Amino acid sequence: MTRAGGRWLRGLVLAVVMLGLVLPIAAGLWETLAAAFGHLPAIGETGASLDPWRRLLDLPGVVTSVKLTLWTGLASTAIALLLALGAAGWAHRRFGPRALGRVLTPFLAVPHAALAIGLAFVIMPSGWIARAISPWATGWDLPPDLAIVNDPAGLALILGLVIKELPFFLLVTLAALAQIPVGSQMRAGRAIGYPPAQVWAFVIVPQVYAQIRLPVYVVLSFALSVVDMAIILGPSNPPVLAVAMTRWFLAPDSGLILPASAAAMTQALIVVGAIALWRGAEALIAVAGRAILRQGRRRHAWAGAARASAGIAATLFVLGLLSLAALTVWSIAWRWSFPDMWPETLSLHSWARPGAGWGLAVLNTAVIGFATTALALVLAVAWLEGEDRGGLARARWAEALVYLPLIVPQVAFLFGLQVVFLRLGVSGGIGAVIWAQALFVFPYVMIALSDPWRALDRRLLRAAAALGAGPARRLFAVKLPILLRPLLTAAAIGFAVSVAQYLPTLFMGAGRVPTLTTEAVTLSSGSDRRVTGTYATLQSALPFLAYAAAFFIPAWVFRHRRALSGEPG
Amino acid sequence: MRLPILTALLLAAALPLGAEPWDDTVAAARGQTVYWNAWGGDERTNDFIAWASDQVEAQYGVTIQQVKLTDTAEAVARVIAEKAAGQDEAGTVDMIWINGGNFLSMKEQGLLHGPFVTDLPNSRYLDLSPGSAASVDFTVPVEGYESPWRLAKFVLIHDSARVDQPPMSMAELLNWSKANPGRFTHPAVSNFMGSTFLKQALIELTPDVAALQEPATDANFDAVTAPLWAWYDELRPTLWRGGETFPENASVQEQMLNDGVVDISMAFDPASAAAAIEKGLLPETARAYGLRGGTIGNISFVAIPYNAAHKEGAMVVANFLLEPATQAHAQDIGVLGSFSVLDPARLGEAERAAFYALPTSPALPTLEELGPTLIEPHPSWMTMIADAWAKRYTQ
Repeated sequence: MTRAGGRWLRGLVLAVVMLGLVLPIAAGLWETLAAAFGHLPAIGETGASLDPWRRLLDLPGVVTSVKLTLWTGLASTAIALLLALGAAGWAHRRFGPRALGRVLTPFLAVPHAALAIGLAFVIMPSGWIARAISPWATGWDLPPDLAIVNDPAGLALILGLVIKELPFFLLVTLAALAQIPVGSQMRAGRAIGYPPAQVWAFVIVPQVYAQIRLPVYVVLSFALSVVDMAIILGPSNPPVLAVAMTRWFLAPDSGLILPASAAAMTQALIVVGAIALWRGAEALIAVAGRAILRQGRRRHAWAGAARASAGIAATLFVLGLLSLAALTVWSIAWRWSFPDMWPETLSLHSWARPGAGWGLAVLNTAVIGFATTALALVLAVAWLEGEDRGGLARARWAEALVYLPLIVPQVAFLFGLQVVFLRLGVSGGIGAVIWAQALFVFPYVMIALSDPWRALDRRLLRAAAALGAGPARRLFAVKLPILLRPLLTAAAIGFAVSVAQYLPTLFMGAGRVPTLTTEAVTLSSGSDRRVTGTYATLQSALPFLAYAAAFFIPAWVFRHRRALSGEPG
Repeated sequence: MRLPILTALLLAAALPLGAEPWDDTVAAARGQTVYWNAWGGDERTNDFIAWASDQVEAQYGVTIQQVKLTDTAEAVARVIAEKAAGQDEAGTVDMIWINGGNFLSMKEQGLLHGPFVTDLPNSRYLDLSPGSAASVDFTVPVEGYESPWRLAKFVLIHDSARVDQPPMSMAELLNWSKANPGRFTHPAVSNFMGSTFLKQALIELTPDVAALQEPATDANFDAVTAPLWAWYDELRPTLWRGGETFPENASVQEQMLNDGVVDISMAFDPASAAAAIEKGLLPETARAYGLRGGTIGNISFVAIPYNAAHKEGAMVVANFLLEPATQAHAQDIGVLGSFSVLDPARLGEAERAAFYALPTSPALPTLEELGPTLIEPHPSWMTMIADAWAKRYTQ
């Protein structure tokens, strides 16, 4: 019964995933595609035509927008990846993967928007760094006219993306290292005279990369389509394509929806094209790498590169921490003018009034976060348990489905999905937001949970079965308690992903479900950094609390059972 | 004999005021939550809406839930999406803070409920005669499809500690900016404040002001706007960051004025500088002022989408916003500081006294300092100027 039951369970989960996740994305893409070819009965446009594409090409700055998108997306991903691989080469022998993981995980918790708002203040010509060195070192009584934030080349956006993605790449790299016999390979390499850094670069990194390829594509797709961070840090005239398109979708002239849909399809093509380009570069680098290896030279320069990456990575972490600190300091400032390093007067004014908005936003954010995380966790456990009971191998094709929402750019299907949701009569409510966010939360929860789940010591389950425990009891009395830590970690990641969602909340909630993220992004276009600081601080604090809970709850529950950490290895 | 006369008198008294249908509206509104879609970037406005919610809840049992928009067009897009999906009833948008292009777009597509303004008892305080500020929105006839709630007027704001003699016309502004390169900018032209700045310049510079009250045509656009572009081509290289990039909106530019990044900012609200000082967002020395030849002014409205779920509640809120007491509260610089939309001639003594009793501030210009109010050009000018600007200056 269990085997058939397992198949049935996984079939059910697959059906839920198909209906709840793949189908809405496909339907959303279809509606956007139809609009891109001139079919949107709502605004009285029917039929297939190339007119939206012609109009898209006529929109000012669209070519620059596409170039900027490719440049910022590819550059930020490449820089973050290289720094992570280099820094990991320096760090992995000095820190245990677990200690490093604990330092890095909270960084993942910080939503993009909050980091961007803080970073903008730290680096802008009137920002914290400039204030710290003015006027005594620079002679600036007034901030200089320098293009640092919103610079036309998108460097500030690249910096923000690198700071945000670097910890993620470091974490997946460390996780991948656990699967590789690093120690013995390093020893073998050194035995034949290669410096450790060169062994790292030519032997370990290719093996790591093969394992983290998919997360790299996820980051690349994200960086190419990011909206909130690009609004705050990116170029403005013209902006990257995702921002320009969001503006066209929301422009008063509803006729712009058609070229905007064409832009959404272009965005999807850009992502596909960029991934293809990346794959090409992978192949080239592999060929070059093998050619260099065949020369057999022992080079010490690689050690310097690894040290430099670690140094740069550390600097970026400090910049990230400063950004978060800036948010908090602003939230308690009253008057704070240039070039003062600290506020002239402090006030708890914006904290003292939860009724002015942040109370409701915290509540909504928490409710949506808990609901999506619970939904995603139940689905992921059911999927994995179905595999276990059915004795099924992990299905790669099914896992690829999970990545779908992460690879397809959000903007490309969200407008269409909104039309679909409306037709089903589910828009404008917290339910629609929970569903839409779950599309993005489930993949992360699934990815975070599947490896620890599959690494569970099967002997424990056999022992339980031998003692007469049925499948349900094995699940609830053995697996789930042992896996408490990875379960809570997955939940914390899911919660953080939910908190950070901007576009799905905006589109599906009909704007009527204010969350910390939507409010923080809205307020960042206002003049009151103190209120923005309050929202952004809260926005970072909620996921941080979730991670803290994921860390301390198992520590407390298992305080007498050290071996039950639930981690593999 | 007496009774019919009395009845007739009562009817005569009741009918023109529409008291009975209004009572029905008020009764139907009780218990409704009005989703008011309003730009959320201004904390003062948000606070005012929260205050209004408390008031209408106490008086009519109606609550307001503000839907904070980054851009009013988001609400328009939502109504369009709802119409697309065939959701002609129980829509999610009950009321929109709207004017200009968004209003024109919704009115043309039949997305608005109404006409409803004359059904509001407090519309008796408005000057709705043809051509009056409350009956025309960017030259588009309102025709009862949107109800006024706040008055806006273009002002420049300078820090008097850094600029003694602020430029008083667009020509002076150009000279000032040449003498002080990098110390002036304007919000992005995709933002209404940025395009308002260009319109203000256009009104001052164009030889043909009358043409601006008619829709722009391809035939006259180049001739009417040529002096504007000549002026702007000279101005742009002297702007902050060489005119390559612009603050997203006026709030961001206000922050830049506070940081000392620029010396002059602008607003569509004469009281904004006084209020910002009050809130610690601008130095004490900031001053708002009007230009010598006058500045553009317009009225902000609220409109109700055709498919709104809570039309009655929205009408009660629109009516509440026109109460003399509400307008006086809004004009308080400690609250919103936006000037009243009501016609002073139609107010009683007691109602006018509430306005006289309001506090004042050195940063708040007097009506004389503000200069005359210039009427908005037809919205097609704004659209075409924004497009032409984007074509000329976006690479």
